[in-house]
Amino acid sequence: MNAPLPLDRRAAKPSQRIKSATGDWEMVIGLEVHAQVNSNSKLFSGASTHFGNAPNSNVSLVDAAMPGMLPVINVECVKQAIRTGLGLKAQINRRSVFDRKNYFYPDLPQGYQISQYKSPIVGEGEILIDMPDETITIGIERLHLEQDAGKSIHDLSPSFSYVDLNRSGVALMEIVSRPDLRSADEAKAYVSKLRTILRYLGTCDGDMEKGNLRADVNVSVRRPGAPFGTRCEIKNVNSIRFIGQAIEYEARRQIGILEDGGEIIQETRLFDHGKGETRSMRSKEEAHDYRYFPDPDLLPLEFSAEFVEELKSHLPELPDEKKARFIEQYGVTPYDAMVLTLERESADFFEAVARGRDAKIAANWVINELFGRLNKEGLEVTASPMSADQLGGIVDLIKDGTISGKLAKDLFEIVWAEGGNPREIVEARGMKQVTDTGAIEAACDAVIAANPDKVEQVKVKPTMLGWFVGQVMKQTGGKASPPAVNEILKAKLGIE
Amino acid sequence: MTDLTKLTIADARAGLANRTFSAAELTEAHISAIEGARALNAFVTETPEKAREMAAASDARIASGNAGRLEGIPLAVKDLFCTDGIKTTASSKILSNFVPSYESTVTANLWHDGAVLLGKVSCDEFAMGGSNEASAFGPVINPWQRLKADGSIDPTPLVPGGSSGGSSAAVAAHLCLGAAGTDTGGSIRQPAAFTGTVGIKPTYGRCSRWGVVAYASSLDQAGPIARTVRDAAILLTSFASVDAKDTTSVDMPVPDYEASVGKSVKGLTIGIPREYRLEGLSPEIAKLWDDGIAWLKDAGANVREITLPHTPYALPAYYIIATAEASSNLARYDGIRYGLRKRGEDIVDTYEQSRAAGFGPEVRRRIMLGTYVLSAGYYDAYYLKAQKVRTLIARDFADAFASGVDAVLAPATPSPAFGIGEISGADPVEMYLQDVFTVTVNLAGLPGMVVPGGKSSTGLPLGLQLIGRPFGEEALFQLGQVIEDAAGTMSARKWW
Repeated sequence: MNAPLPLDRRAAKPSQRIKSATGDWEMVIGLEVHAQVNSNSKLFSGASTHFGNAPNSNVSLVDAAMPGMLPVINVECVKQAIRTGLGLKAQINRRSVFDRKNYFYPDLPQGYQISQYKSPIVGEGEILIDMPDETITIGIERLHLEQDAGKSIHDLSPSFSYVDLNRSGVALMEIVSRPDLRSADEAKAYVSKLRTILRYLGTCDGDMEKGNLRADVNVSVRRPGAPFGTRCEIKNVNSIRFIGQAIEYEARRQIGILEDGGEIIQETRLFDHGKGETRSMRSKEEAHDYRYFPDPDLLPLEFSAEFVEELKSHLPELPDEKKARFIEQYGVTPYDAMVLTLERESADFFEAVARGRDAKIAANWVINELFGRLNKEGLEVTASPMSADQLGGIVDLIKDGTISGKLAKDLFEIVWAEGGNPREIVEARGMKQVTDTGAIEAACDAVIAANPDKVEQVKVKPTMLGWFVGQVMKQTGGKASPPAVNEILKAKLGIE
Repeated sequence: MTDLTKLTIADARAGLANRTFSAAELTEAHISAIEGARALNAFVTETPEKAREMAAASDARIASGNAGRLEGIPLAVKDLFCTDGIKTTASSKILSNFVPSYESTVTANLWHDGAVLLGKVSCDEFAMGGSNEASAFGPVINPWQRLKADGSIDPTPLVPGGSSGGSSAAVAAHLCLGAAGTDTGGSIRQPAAFTGTVGIKPTYGRCSRWGVVAYASSLDQAGPIARTVRDAAILLTSFASVDAKDTTSVDMPVPDYEASVGKSVKGLTIGIPREYRLEGLSPEIAKLWDDGIAWLKDAGANVREITLPHTPYALPAYYIIATAEASSNLARYDGIRYGLRKRGEDIVDTYEQSRAAGFGPEVRRRIMLGTYVLSAGYYDAYYLKAQKVRTLIARDFADAFASGVDAVLAPATPSPAFGIGEISGADPVEMYLQDVFTVTVNLAGLPGMVVPGGKSSTGLPLGLQLIGRPFGEEALFQLGQVIEDAAGTMSARKWW
């Protein structure tokens, strides 16, 4: 066992501090992310986890907590937790214990949630985060498996609440960070990166709209160099943007209180995204006593080192490794590599385009044209109307000088809208770049002859040359090679 | 024709095989006996129609040569086992109208082997009690009555023990050939001792707990009550199985326990635990114990004193662990999905009213105790310490077995059956002291069997307890038969 890391191991940079008339403040943030495990059935029952089924249709006798029912661990969920632990470079605990967290609520049929309290399945790990000017390391304290609760619906009837148990018993991974984050941007980047890793691993789909990834956000403030302040926990924030907003609001709220001579009360708060503010839910005094104890229906969870090794050997390449390889193998910039590796599918698409081609042109077209267009249309890369082969064909045509950048954009539009083989389209529609200097010279001569006044101007103001290039391009229907046009015009106009 | 209710299971099996009588006749005799014994209040639900159907099916299978191991044997089942389509109450108001849609694994095993269900028998509410007085449906009356000093009958109604008091009373009163019980701290063995019957609590994990209403999951175990050692062995062979739905059940082959009955005990070593010779142990219990020692010696067993030094801590440890688990296990009875609901002002009020109306005083007491010992600030002092004691008690036994002991002989109870109200009216701890000889076995997860060994000065049965190695049930049947041969079987005089 490694010695525990010191809790307070990062200071905010001056630029991250919150300025105030009374002096600077810094934020200390830690996150507990609840990630729904990708699995066909629930953590302790065979009921389906399929989203969107009719209320209470994914409910087994175990999920409804009928008398005499017993939980049986779903090994696939265990594997997913181990894979995630490996992806977080974390310690895998080959013996862990399921505990009961006891409280009453109608959407918690057993009257307790089965969770892991003292002995989680995954221990210390870390996540690297690319910030604009540096890469930071955020500590992971632990990851444990637990059951999700059902859903209470209070607005269907004036006198009753309704309960949907479809979600009850679905496996969650609670991933707890160390209090290493020092700004809302860092927190947002942490969640994004964690989401990316989970999606690469296939252990959670990261769908925040469906609530499959959500975060409890712990925020406190302090003077630079001071010990940690009292924290407040903002529960169940379900979008990265809201996480940022909640942190900003909460830090300023706490600073306001402290600067007025008040004290922060440790409490649980809710983020109201409509109003953009956090509200008190319950104080520490009102906090539940969950009476955790080991679940006597379940033996401690134990597995062999070979079991872990087997999972490790089938782990996909993870974003950090892929990014490093892209930089090394394709010579793309670190920024482009980061963008390309945000999603496994995007990275795969890029590699299919770049394979055997000019990787820099490929990166440029994948990021700027394709991703830009997909983003605009709200499409995932997997739903791209243009295949990697097609985009690769365009890249080839650019590389061999067949088409200019301008023509390539037109070609991109045609392939996007109509499909087809880019080279055949260029042939059929005569989109080839004109490199025949005779034809270009004729066009240049025509433009010069038609514009004697401009010819005079360009001699004093050489930047006017661009106007001539534009005219020639227009005359040639954009097919002239811009460098050739430039060259010929310069010679004919006698400018350097 | 002989009175079919006087038969043992072994006799009945032979009679059915020889077609001396039919399963229908055998069942009908017991239905009549049950109808005539309502004064004992042993049954919560009689199922005569179901019994007749099952018996007819048994006769058909016997006729076609497809008889199962328990074909046509009429049994009673503690109302803690969920039975598909048949009300299962746990002798509690909170489940007074609960009809499961599923069958417990143990009872499914019995029906698979051809047994016939006569009905569901009473118990202490949620198996919490040692006298069956804590049933929501009134106390069960022991078929045995005391004799006065002058030899005349004392009509004071006596308890049949508990919590499996309906099971023990029904077996002792010849209302069934055998019964299913459960034992968490002595709930099979103490009722067997009080009614002159044989009861065995098998090794933890020998029988599936699936579908059995849980009291204390780490201690609960199902087992049979019968009138002879052989009958108990026949029944246990059908009770036991590994079950994928109960991950605490153990995957060990189930032997034919009946084959052990009558085997020589020559060379077996019996340990006599010094610490069980409590201060103030009644002379008749001491004599019973000495008789048992003598019989086993006479049969060729070696007897020697052993020490189980942590025995004095067993009772408090048991009441901490059992109530802690119970407080959590019973949280599901909240009036929301099934069972009794008292509509309150809001959800908390509904919980409070439903549970206050649904649970009897002993159940409420144990929920309170269990909630207390798991509370923040008390967990280490109570629950954790009790778990340590449990480990030490298990080690005491393990040391004894490692030193060559094959089984331990001890009394089953500190006294014979007592009168209704005699103890239940007083301090609850008095009732808890009933379990002093039995709880260690549950804490250590060992098999324990009670066999009638003699009678008290008041003419009531007294039981001897044999405790075995883990999965050492076969030795218990061997030794139990020796005691039965020496002490004889006993029957209550019919007064009802």
